[in-house]
Amino acid sequence: MQELLVISGKGGTGKTSLVASFAALAQNKVLADCDVDAADLHLLLEPQKEKINKFYGSKKAVINSDKCINCGRCLRLCRFDAIKNNENSYRVNPIYCEGCGVCEFSCPVNAINMKPNLSGYWYISKSTYGPMVHAQLGIAEDNSGKLVTVVRQAARELAEQEGLELIIADGPPGIGCPVISSMTAVSLALVVTEPTVAGWHDMERVIQLAKHFNVPVTVCINKYDLDMQKSQQIEEYCLKQGIEVVGKIPFDEGVAQALAGAKPITVASNGKAAKAIKSIWSNLYARLKNKTN
Amino acid sequence: MIVTVASGKGGTGKTTITTNLALALQDFMSVQVLDCDVEEPNVHLFLNPKINNEKEVSIPVPLVDETKCNNCGKCGDFCAFNAIAVVGDKVITFPEMCHGCGGCTIVCPSGAITEKENRIGVVFSGNAGKLDVSYGKIDVGVPLAPPLIEAVKELNENDCLTLIDAPPGTSCPVVAAVKDSDFCLLVTEPTPFGLNDLKLAVGMVRELGIPFAVVINRSTLGDTRVERYCQEEGIPVLLKIPFDKKFAATYASGRCLIQDYPEWNEAFINLWKEIERRVQQHAGATSN
Repeated sequence: MQELLVISGKGGTGKTSLVASFAALAQNKVLADCDVDAADLHLLLEPQKEKINKFYGSKKAVINSDKCINCGRCLRLCRFDAIKNNENSYRVNPIYCEGCGVCEFSCPVNAINMKPNLSGYWYISKSTYGPMVHAQLGIAEDNSGKLVTVVRQAARELAEQEGLELIIADGPPGIGCPVISSMTAVSLALVVTEPTVAGWHDMERVIQLAKHFNVPVTVCINKYDLDMQKSQQIEEYCLKQGIEVVGKIPFDEGVAQALAGAKPITVASNGKAAKAIKSIWSNLYARLKNKTN
Repeated sequence: MIVTVASGKGGTGKTTITTNLALALQDFMSVQVLDCDVEEPNVHLFLNPKINNEKEVSIPVPLVDETKCNNCGKCGDFCAFNAIAVVGDKVITFPEMCHGCGGCTIVCPSGAITEKENRIGVVFSGNAGKLDVSYGKIDVGVPLAPPLIEAVKELNENDCLTLIDAPPGTSCPVVAAVKDSDFCLLVTEPTPFGLNDLKLAVGMVRELGIPFAVVINRSTLGDTRVERYCQEEGIPVLLKIPFDKKFAATYASGRCLIQDYPEWNEAFINLWKEIERRVQQHAGATSN
C-alpha cells in the first residue's frame, strides 16, 4: 500500500485544492484529511458520513468542591497554569489542563478526578471520489497528533478491507505535532510551495522535517508565474538538495471560481492550472507505481 | 495592550496584517511584534530585525538514576504522554513526548527521578528600526509548540502595543498564542475554506472570551458568503484588502504593502483606531 501525503509548511499554498483534484484523477484509493484542526477537504468532496466515531483526547481534571479543603497543593504543583483560586474556591480551566494527572495524584483528600474528555469526532464517509476518512477536533482542544494517528489508522484499515492500494492524505500546515503524526512512514510527501519568501522559508523547514523522519519528498510550485525568478531559485534549491520538482502550476483565476463553486479544480475547469495538475498527478502516480514494483 | 492576529485557515494574510499594522503605527507609539507561529515564523522575513539576543528554551524532562530505580513501573503507569516506560530492567524516556508536568518525579517511590532541561527551540529578539521584534523557532522534529510560544509571550512589555502573529488553526498552539489578548483580529479570505475555518476561529475566540473582529484579505477573489456570515453573526469587518497581482508581488519579494503602496498606510491606522475603540468599549462593558 502506498501513502501520499500533501504538506506545505506554510498554510494556504493550495494543499487541499490539489488533494481534491488528485481525488478526482486517481483510481482505487482512500482519501484522508489529516488536517483535523481546520479540516477543509470535505468542502470540495462532499462526503456522506457513514460512521461517526467519538474521539477522546487527554483527560481533564475536575475538582469536587464538597471534598476540597482549599490546601492549594494542586495549584502549586500544576505547571500548566490550569488551576485557579477564586475566593477560596479551586477550579480547573479545562482549556489549559493538559491531563497529566499530577493534581489528582497529589490531592490529600482525593477531591480531584481525571475525567474523559470528548475532544472531537472522526468519520468514515463515502464520496463521489471514493471512501474518505476525516475528523473534526473540538475547538481549542489538544491532541491533534493523536487524532491524526486515528485517521491514518482507519484509512489504512479501510484500504485493506476494500482492496485499495493507495491513500491520498491532505496534511496540516506547520511542522509540529499533527504534521509529525501525518508524516511518519508515508511513502511520499508532496510539498506544495509558492514563490514567496515565506513559502520558500517554510518549505525548507518542512523538507528538513521530512529528512529528519526519513520520508521521501517531492515539491510542486503553485502560482509559479507570480514570481518567475523566485520559482527559479526554488527549483535550483531543490536541485541542490536532490529533490525533484514534480510540477509547476500557473496562476489561474479559474481556480478561485472552482473553489467558490466547491468543486475540485480539474472537475470544474479545463484551464491552465487544471492541465498542470493533471500532469503533476501522472508524474506522482508513476513515481508511486515505481515504488510498488 | 495585546492584539493578536489569528486566522483558522493558514495563508490568509496574518503576517501581512501584523507587519503592516506595526509599520503604520510605529511613528505614533512604541510597538512590539511577537511572532508566535514558532513552527513557521515569517514576520522576520518582512521586518528584517537586527537580532541582538538569542535565548534557548527548554522544558524539564525526566532524568533517571538507575542505581536508585527499582523498576516498579509507577512512572510509566502514571505518565499520560507515554514519555517514560520501564522495559525489563531498563527505564526508557522519550523526551520528545514529554510535556514537562513533573509527575514522574512525584510518583517515583525511590526518588530515582529528577529533571533535566531538554531544548525545544530558540527565541530571537531584536529591532527593526523603531520596532521591537521577537520570534520563536521550534527545533525541527519537536512536536510541542506551546511552551515555546509561552516563552515568546513572556517578552511582552506592558507599556506598549504588543502585536502577536499567531499560528494557523484553532488547537493548543493557537490557544497558547491568543489567550490573555485584549483583542483578536481574525484574517480570512472569501472562499469556502476561509469561511469554514473562520467559523472555527470565531468559536475559539468566543470560548476564550476575547473581543474580536474580521479582516478579509484578497476580498475580490471569491464570493460574498464570508461577509454575509459576519453580518448575520454581528461580527465587524474592519478592513478589506482586494486581490491585486501587484500586492502579491510585493508580498512574494518579502516587502510590506505600505512600503510599496503608502496609500494603504491610512487604512491600517484606521484599523488600529477601530481596535482601540472596541477594546475600550469592551473594558467599559466588563467593568460595569
